[in-house]
Amino acid sequence: MERAHEARGRVAGMRQLALIAAFAVAVALLPLFVSSGFLLNLVIMTLYAALLGQAWNILGGFGGQFSFGHAVFFGTGAYAMAVLQTKFGLNAWLALPAALALGAAVGVLVGALSFRYGLKGSYFALVTLAFAEVFRILANNFQFTGAGVGIQIPLRDSAAEMQFASKAGFLYAMLALVTASLLVAWWLKRSRYGAWLQAVRDNEDSAAALGVNVFRVKLGAIAISGALMAAGGAFYLQYFRYIDPHIAYGPAISVEALLAAIVGGMGTVFGPLLGAAVLHVLGEATRGMLEHVPGVNLIVYGVLLVVIIMFLPRGIMGLFGKRA
Amino acid sequence: MLEISALRGGYGGVEVLRGLDLAIRAGEIVALLGSNGAGKSTLNNTVCGLQPAFGGSVAFEGRDITRAGYTAIVASGLIQVPEGRRVFPNLTVQENLALGAYLRGRPQRERNLERVFAIFPRLKERLAQRAGTLSGGEQQMLAIGRGLMAQPKLLILDEPSLGLSPILVEELFGLIGRLNREGLAILLVEQNVGQSLEIAHRAYVMEQGAIQFHGTPAELLANPDLKRTYLGL
Amino acid sequence: MLEARQLSIRFGGLRAVQDVSLTVPQGKIAALIGPNGAGKSTLFGLVSGFLKPDEGSVALLGRNITGLAPHAICRLGMARTFQIVQPFAEQSVRENIAVGAHLREPDRGRALARAEQVAQQVGLGAQLDRLASSLTISGRKRLELARALATQPRLLLLDEVLAGLNPQEVAEMIPVIRGLRDAGVTVFMIEHVMQAVMHLAEYVWVIAQGELIAQGLPEQVTSDARVIEAYLGHGTAQRLALEQRSTAHA
Repeated sequence: MERAHEARGRVAGMRQLALIAAFAVAVALLPLFVSSGFLLNLVIMTLYAALLGQAWNILGGFGGQFSFGHAVFFGTGAYAMAVLQTKFGLNAWLALPAALALGAAVGVLVGALSFRYGLKGSYFALVTLAFAEVFRILANNFQFTGAGVGIQIPLRDSAAEMQFASKAGFLYAMLALVTASLLVAWWLKRSRYGAWLQAVRDNEDSAAALGVNVFRVKLGAIAISGALMAAGGAFYLQYFRYIDPHIAYGPAISVEALLAAIVGGMGTVFGPLLGAAVLHVLGEATRGMLEHVPGVNLIVYGVLLVVIIMFLPRGIMGLFGKRA
Repeated sequence: MLEISALRGGYGGVEVLRGLDLAIRAGEIVALLGSNGAGKSTLNNTVCGLQPAFGGSVAFEGRDITRAGYTAIVASGLIQVPEGRRVFPNLTVQENLALGAYLRGRPQRERNLERVFAIFPRLKERLAQRAGTLSGGEQQMLAIGRGLMAQPKLLILDEPSLGLSPILVEELFGLIGRLNREGLAILLVEQNVGQSLEIAHRAYVMEQGAIQFHGTPAELLANPDLKRTYLGL
Repeated sequence: MLEARQLSIRFGGLRAVQDVSLTVPQGKIAALIGPNGAGKSTLFGLVSGFLKPDEGSVALLGRNITGLAPHAICRLGMARTFQIVQPFAEQSVRENIAVGAHLREPDRGRALARAEQVAQQVGLGAQLDRLASSLTISGRKRLELARALATQPRLLLLDEVLAGLNPQEVAEMIPVIRGLRDAGVTVFMIEHVMQAVMHLAEYVWVIAQGELIAQGLPEQVTSDARVIEAYLGHGTAQRLALEQRSTAHA
């Protein structure tokens, strides 16, 4: 009996890996068949939203710590990339690991302060929101970050500088990041650390009584989440070549991150990806149909969030029954 | 007083109660026994209108309450003290008790409060204390007191002895006897089979959503199979 | 195995535990009984690291563990269950127990296999793939026990693990607990179900209003006048004495 279950577990794990690989290959082949800038942009932005969602999902879905201020990591990644390139002349590819490390570091900072004092639930959510606001104000006031004007990185159009001449290049970069985030989630589902993290989410006291170092586990999750979110910020900067305090640390990014994860399914591997896809496709479709109504896609997102929470609390992945 | 016929009910799509018949006459103590998962709490919740019935009927004092809402059922004097105490932890003992009389018994609230204190002097000592800080036994007393504030005609007690020390359990069963002698009909759902059978007039045994046995405690104890199953050692 | 020395803790003005000292002998089943609100769960909290004592110390296998965090104490070999069961609701029985197994086993596959073994040991073998939230109270109590057991403890603290079980379910759990002792785990249990205490406990402490009022063998303690006044009541005391005499004659 033991063997049977172990075998089933391994097969399920392989199946998910195969799915991740299939997804990566399918999207990688897309530029060969699609040349429409509009469509490629849609796919890129969907992948981008999926990355933000997955980053939030690590801490919120798997860890059960809901953050309303994930922009604090996003903006850190974006500003790190911008400042390192413009003020220190660093190559974008070298700046990227620094941006990720800084994202993780800010995660540890926010986490150490919040978790040390036992902040949970709504208190934790509000504290993360506060941190994002603090960083926004700091970025707005220092010349180092361009103050209110923000930072614009010069156009390079060279892969060596992480600015790709064609949209396909950005697509591949984004795809790599999203695939990495899927693999992280996959790993959380079948590792000891992931089991500990989900135990902390479901019941902290029980987890502690079973030998789980709750503080350290949470800190690990927020560091990983921060790094992935910072990657999203770094990508944003390279794609749009401009960042300012409001874009970087504003609530819009924080909301976008949690939206994809909740709509798609928290604590699942594919949830944020599905959520991002549904949100963006619906957003574009309604924007196409109701062009004259500005912000209609935001209305759609809001309605979808309410509907999902009311009828599908497990998100879209909940339709597939098992918790994947 | 309470007539349950062929009652069916459950959660979501799952049927837990499969055609249940149970009756309680005025002034009786009826014990409802059965293993965990048999559906006893589901029965209580369905009778009290907290869960919809799938079929069958429930009548209280001659009136059909099968489809009645829970506020109407409380107003008519059918009161449940649910399993697990369920006191309002951030409200004081006084506030918890006062809430018991929210819908029914409001005019006589002060008098009933005194009566509850007479029965549970420990509650009077802790009047301003937050209910969440009381011990398990004190919370159980509070929950029963709160139920009494509604001037019940029929009181459903769901596992009142859970987690209580033996001496408190004795006090509890003594109390149940006293309340019954003053005229209150009681449906006692319990794991503590021995002491329940000592005070009950009649007993039902429930398994898998249906009544397996119904009779007097003596009849139950005379049945060797039931005795072994429900009294264990 | 476990030595508590002059433990005391206050909550605001309330002296929840006052100057309590006891030694749980290795390899035996010991019980802690007392009225509600007497401080039993508080004592468990002090000993397992969830509460920090104002005074006094705790030692496990000779090593001072006063003030250590719960997870550290668990690593040192003491596991506990909770009075109000707290399963990882949306995870399966197997996954729940695996969290405990992971304390000693980093490999996921082996932890899941160990979880299966422990589940068999407590009688949950048939429910391994069910969601913890779908278990009855009896199943959840066994799950609490299994999870703690999976951490391979030397000492197991059971907080009212029999509460809410009907007499037959209690009868089924008693050999399971005895089996733990036979396998070398020291058991320290808080219980109100006196039939279990009489059948299982090799030593009993009685705590009332934060202080120890009696200790000794079950028969000694249950015939102690103070214990009868504070906790057992005369009815139960008589019943237990009768059972004692009938089993003695049997």
